Order: sequence, then structure tokens, then C-alpha cells
Amino acid sequence: MAKSTATMSNMPPINRVGAELISATDLSYARGGRIILQQVDISLCRGEIVTLIGPNGAGKSTLVRILLGLCQADSGQLTRQRALRTGYVPQMLKMDPGMPITVQRFVDLSPYQRDMAVIDALALAGVADLVRYSMHHLSGGELRRVLLARALVGNPDLLILDEPAAGVDITGQQEIYSMIKAFHQQYQTGVLLVSHDLHLVMAATDRVVCLNQHVCCQGSPDAVRDNAAYLELFNAGELAVYTHHHDHRHGIDGRVVHKG
Amino acid sequence: MFDLFVAKILLAGVMTAVLAGALGSILVWRRMAYFGTAQAHAALLGVALALYLGVDVRLGIVLVSLLVGLLMWQLQQRSDLSTDTQLGILAHGTLALGLVLLYGSGLRINLDAYLFGDILAISDRDVVIIAVGGGLTLLLLWRFWSALLAVTIDYELAKVEGFPVVGTELLYLLLLSSMVALSIQLIGALLIVSLLIIPVATARRLATSPEQMVIGGALLGSLAVVIGVFVSLRSDIPTGPVIVVVSTLLFILSRLLPARGD
Repeated sequence: MAKSTATMSNMPPINRVGAELISATDLSYARGGRIILQQVDISLCRGEIVTLIGPNGAGKSTLVRILLGLCQADSGQLTRQRALRTGYVPQMLKMDPGMPITVQRFVDLSPYQRDMAVIDALALAGVADLVRYSMHHLSGGELRRVLLARALVGNPDLLILDEPAAGVDITGQQEIYSMIKAFHQQYQTGVLLVSHDLHLVMAATDRVVCLNQHVCCQGSPDAVRDNAAYLELFNAGELAVYTHHHDHRHGIDGRVVHKG
Repeated sequence: MFDLFVAKILLAGVMTAVLAGALGSILVWRRMAYFGTAQAHAALLGVALALYLGVDVRLGIVLVSLLVGLLMWQLQQRSDLSTDTQLGILAHGTLALGLVLLYGSGLRINLDAYLFGDILAISDRDVVIIAVGGGLTLLLLWRFWSALLAVTIDYELAKVEGFPVVGTELLYLLLLSSMVALSIQLIGALLIVSLLIIPVATARRLATSPEQMVIGGALLGSLAVVIGVFVSLRSDIPTGPVIVVVSTLLFILSRLLPARGD
């Protein structure tokens, strides 16, 4: 682990953690003379739920794109389990309205061998009733769930969700998190969630990784998960407040400023 | 008068319309109309080079329009100029270079045939090439259809799911270049993109699946081709413009009907 990483808690993870699915060490990435990622270490095991948080511009998207194989780090190592089945839920879809396509067909395009029917995946994502509808007349929240169904239908080893809660109301967020949790418990999938919200983090998260160009700190959110007052405040069982203790500050240029 | 000659023309024309249904749908879904225009215009440069080198015109067209396709595909990855600017430069640059070479060659060729099509000059060998090339294209489209759809819908999602995204893109560029080469005799370099786009755009309103749009486009394109061929046989008007005018009229008619699809 990099020097700048501080483990927040020694509490054991709640979920049974298995073999390492993906692991990145010492990733660095810069564009246009601007450092976006600096010596980032991150790994994820089967059965583990990791939430990646950080402010806008912290490099979360870049890190996720590197882990997904959509872009290349300038340096560092990326190891992926052989034949890793990755389910990816992007924030949105860049699909032209010129293509007539139903929800059923869209989910069916998943190339993975499967033992789950499309309709069951849609039911898992809570949108079975949309199966015959056009992809072009879905609300933002519905589209997110259909994308989740496409990811789930292939029974992925690793599920990566980019801001699954963005643009979804608090009840919807709670539902999406429940679905992810239920699927994860049934299949022992590794889950990586990305969130820009420092306060709302899925309660079932084993580990929260805070990123701001480098890994600032990571640890379990359990310190606050059981705090009834916080849960009550958000009135949402699947949501917990992650209290964040920085061991350093960032200057306005993003550089680390150590205390003292 | 329905003789063997007309039957051969219709066979070549309908095959072209069917190809246009499939390749044109993808062109529309990918918003690549201008990209297709550039590949088609580059065909004229291919014609010129093929005539200079004494090889089959179609071979020249496939190679040059594939080369232009690859160049545009590369430029799109990183450039300080927008895609439509790049396409504008390449489409008209290659068209003009082709014209300069053809006029400058002193060869006595019928330029109109390449620009607007001259289906009546079709030979048995042309028909065979169109039938075999078209059949091969349809076979490849059928084999890689899921990958083509997935990459068209969302390149990154397809890549994460392990679709061979680069191979699929290259395959599409190759098939589009072949389509240009196979259809230039029917409709001409300037109007090929119309046959690719207009029939499928007409079919869009009635379709509820990607395949319905392809089949609808193929049928409407075939209808336009058949009308175009017969008008052309009875008059001095070249086939290409008639096909495009008929397609456009069908498109306008479809817009007057209530939509059925989504």
C-alpha cells in the first residue's frame, strides 16, 4: 500500500471475501501536463463491495476506465483474473434514437453465456414490466435499471457501477442498492461502486476508498453504519453516512498538505 | 418487355438495395452519413487510379474508399479538427483529385456513369460480381450482426463485455467500401449515400426492431430500384437520380402516415 494510504478501521469485512478479481498497483495517469492519478493502488476480491468516493475531478472516472480496460495508465500494473466477466453499468448510453430496439433485445445483446433469462434479470433490477417497451422512452432511473439488468444477466464476476445513484431520488437509490446487495449475496459478485457523494454510501460496503488523485484513505464505513441517528436522518436502511477522517489536507492545487 | 437483360439488371439492383438496407441502417444508427459520403466520393479517385493502373475499377474503388475510411477512423481518435471538418476535406479532396486525374488522363471515359450510375451498361460479369460480393457481404453481416449492433449502441459497453470492437469497426468500413464499389454502376458515387439512408429512414417509423428496419429498408430500396430501372429503360434519365427521387417521395409519404414503431 502506498505511503499516503491510511487504513481507517480494523473491523473485519461483513462479506465473505474470496480470490482477487482485479488489482492495480502504482497507477499513474496524466493528460495535458495535468496529473489525474498518482501512484494509485486498488484491488477488489470476489464477494467484496468497494465504494470509490471522491470529489469531482478526483480521477474516479479515469481510474474506473483504466480498470475496465477502456484506457491505459501511463505507468503501473493492472492484473485481472483470467476470463473475468465484467458487468458494467455506465452513467448513460450514447444510443441514437434512429435504432428501434426494445428493452428485451437490448439486455439480450449481452454476449456472456448465461443461465438467467432476460426477464429474470429485468425482474432482479425491478423493471420486468418494461420488457416490451422501446429503449428510447425510458426515464433516467428506468434506463439505469435496464443497464443494471444487462450487467446482471451475464452473471458477472465483477460488477462496476459508475455513479448508480446519480440523478435518482433517494428511494430509487435505496432500491438500486438493495438490488445490488441481493444479487451480490446470491452470487458472491465483486462490486465496485463509484460515488461523488461523500455522505451517501451503500451500507453494505466493505471498504470505502477515498480518491483524490491518489488514494487518500480507505476503510469500512461501519464506524457510522450502526449509528441509528444517522440512519434515521436519511430514513434509508441501505444508505449510511460515511464519516470521513482526513489525515491530511489538499491545497487548492490538489497537492497534499500535511498537518503540523 | 421482361427479358433476360432486364432480369439481370433487376437482380443486381435488388441485391444492391438489400445491402443498402443493412449497411445503411448501421450508417444511420451510427450517425455516419457524412462518413459514408466521404467513402463514396473517394470512389472516383479509386476509379481514376484503377484506370491508370489498368486494374478492375471495383478493386480500385474498394481499396481507395477503404483507405479513406481507415484514415477518417484514425483521425477521429485524436484531432484538433471536428469530424465534419475532416470529412469535408477528405470527401471533396478525394473527389476533386479523382476528377483532376480523370480529366487530365485524356482517357475517353463516360464520367457521368461513375457519378450518376449507368445500369444499362451492365455486363454478365458485373452481375456475377455483384451477386457473389453481395452474398458474401450479407453472410458476414449475418455472422457478426450482434457485435455490429452492440458496438453501434455503445462502443465502450461492448468493449467491456468483450466484443471484438476494433475488428467489428474495421469489418464495417470494409463492407461499406465494398458496397460503394458494387453499387457505383447502379446509382453512381454522388448518390450512393441516398440509397443507404433514405429507404431505412422511411422504414424507421414502421419498425420496432433493428432487423425490421433493415428489412423494411431493403424492401423500400428494392421498390425504388425497380421503378428506377424501368423509368431509365424507357427514357434517357439515368437510373441513380430516379431511384433517389422515388425513395425521397416514399419517405415524404411515410411521414404523412401515423407512426407505428417507437
